[in-house]
Amino acid sequence: MSTPHDAQSSFPRAQVEDLLFEEAALLDEWRLDEWLELFDEEARYVMPTTDLPEGRPGQDVLFIDDDMVKIRARVERLKSRFAHREYPVSRTRRMIGNVRVTGTKADERGRTLVLASANFVVYRIRREVAVYMGRYDYVLVATGEGLRIRHRKATLDLERLEEHGAVSIIV
Amino acid sequence: MRIDDVLLDDQDAGLFRVHRSTMTSEEIAQVEWERVFERTWLFVGHDSEIPQPGDFKRREVARRPLIFVRGEDGAVRILLNSCSHRGAEVCRQDAGNARTFQCFYHAWTFNTTGDLVGVPGKDAYSQEFVGAPDLALTAPPRTAEYRGLHFVSFSADAEDFETFIGGVRRYLDLTLDSAEVLGGWEVLQGTAQWDIKANWKLLVENSIDCYHFATVHKTYEAYKAARRAARGIKSGKASLGPGTLGVTSDAGHGGFIHRAEGRPIASSSTMWPDELNAETARVRALLDARFPAEDAAEMAEKSRHLLIFPNLMFQDSATGFRLRQIWPMAAGHMRVVQWELAPREEEPALRRGRLDNSGTFLGPGGFGTPDDVEALESCQIGFGAREAAWNDISRGIKRDTPQADDELQQRGFWRAWHRMMRDGSSVVAAAGAAQEVAR
Repeated sequence: MSTPHDAQSSFPRAQVEDLLFEEAALLDEWRLDEWLELFDEEARYVMPTTDLPEGRPGQDVLFIDDDMVKIRARVERLKSRFAHREYPVSRTRRMIGNVRVTGTKADERGRTLVLASANFVVYRIRREVAVYMGRYDYVLVATGEGLRIRHRKATLDLERLEEHGAVSIIV
Repeated sequence: MRIDDVLLDDQDAGLFRVHRSTMTSEEIAQVEWERVFERTWLFVGHDSEIPQPGDFKRREVARRPLIFVRGEDGAVRILLNSCSHRGAEVCRQDAGNARTFQCFYHAWTFNTTGDLVGVPGKDAYSQEFVGAPDLALTAPPRTAEYRGLHFVSFSADAEDFETFIGGVRRYLDLTLDSAEVLGGWEVLQGTAQWDIKANWKLLVENSIDCYHFATVHKTYEAYKAARRAARGIKSGKASLGPGTLGVTSDAGHGGFIHRAEGRPIASSSTMWPDELNAETARVRALLDARFPAEDAAEMAEKSRHLLIFPNLMFQDSATGFRLRQIWPMAAGHMRVVQWELAPREEEPALRRGRLDNSGTFLGPGGFGTPDDVEALESCQIGFGAREAAWNDISRGIKRDTPQADDELQQRGFWRAWHRMMRDGSSVVAAAGAAQEVAR
């Protein structure tokens, strides 16, 4: 008898977990240039608003809707002295759990795309503790050098940003 | 310190100072509710948010739970969201479409115009009781609509809305008119809501402060340069250019106006692909055909960052058109709600460009807003240094033509605020250096 997981995908979850755990460690250690290397050139990073988790990029307002030009600018900004909410940088600690491979498909170049989701809790500590919690949805692309991020969506469970004040870190 | 003394306004000496207790005193924060928010006009919502009969949004305005609803008769109403029986909220969803609002406590039921239409076990009441008008949902004392924008006042003797808004009406109209060639403005889905641990007036000041842009928002300019570079265009030094203006009015409304590229209504951007710029040119031609040339140019080429006193920002800029409402939660804590608007018939590509402009700079995940949040929280922390007691807001006070990055507009806000705060029977003490309270 096959499990639901088998039915959807034979892609090994451990490989996805390795990537997500590595990503979390890079972000917690503020190794942002190395974090950028996890992305495919066509990647996007999106975060809907708290009141509209189903927000559609290009039609609705989102907190974050980044292509690679903007993802790089975000990193450059965070590395500079002028991202004032993160200078000096906050401490962060990420817990990634409930990682699931939800499907696979082929992209236009015949490469394997892996669909995965996970739960996250991201603590940001600076002056006070703010907790971002929610769900990641990833589209990963299998390349010769391993999995790369094609699409990264972070959906917050918060009703509004309170002690957070902003989303100044990469969640 | 008495409330009369918290502003030093000396035009001759070129000085304008605000005592920092205005930002830290819980006493003042409490009196602000009574003397400012209870006496003025406050924004509730925009027509486009509730297009169909029965559509509603739940709102909180001046600490009151409200229902902003289009009734079954097609009229927009503002109703107090409190059951006439025992007070529970009759609407407990943020948004939706309803035929009735039924209180979950004892199931009293109201229609979308607010009338009481159902009471379980009616026979226990007199015949005259059910259906009595005083059991309808309560309406606020005053409401006003201005071109789709709905306002409420909880003061029966507030000045009429037309008088209230008079000083900045031309600027509002320029923005409101500009989308007429594309079906009018609509509020987009997706609302930004965030708290800042700072006094609400700091964000009022910040939102109409052009002076801080060059210092706080360097990384946004760097991003714009990267976008231009991706198109093979070299960025010059960022400059406001000629024709900038600060404006103010007796009612406290005001802001700054400047020329800007990439205004998504109808001006081209060096960051945008040619097809987007072609579309802005097409809309510009529509504006030129419909409006006097001078007005069309103002609509297309100039950004207007305006405050509608006391707490609504009306911002029509290169980063889109938005309404931002700022509520005090405590002396050192504010809550912000921000709605984005766009023309109904905007081309999808331009809509994407608009949202990209907007999201990149403004909003909690942008490259600008988080740094403003940090600046305001840093000010609030700095106010803890009580011996350093005064803020300076004198910039440009002697200039004949106020520039965008002068502080005329902030002075206008503070003068109106101070006038309202002084208008009361008792003398309010500003709990300042010594935290003394002597009302």
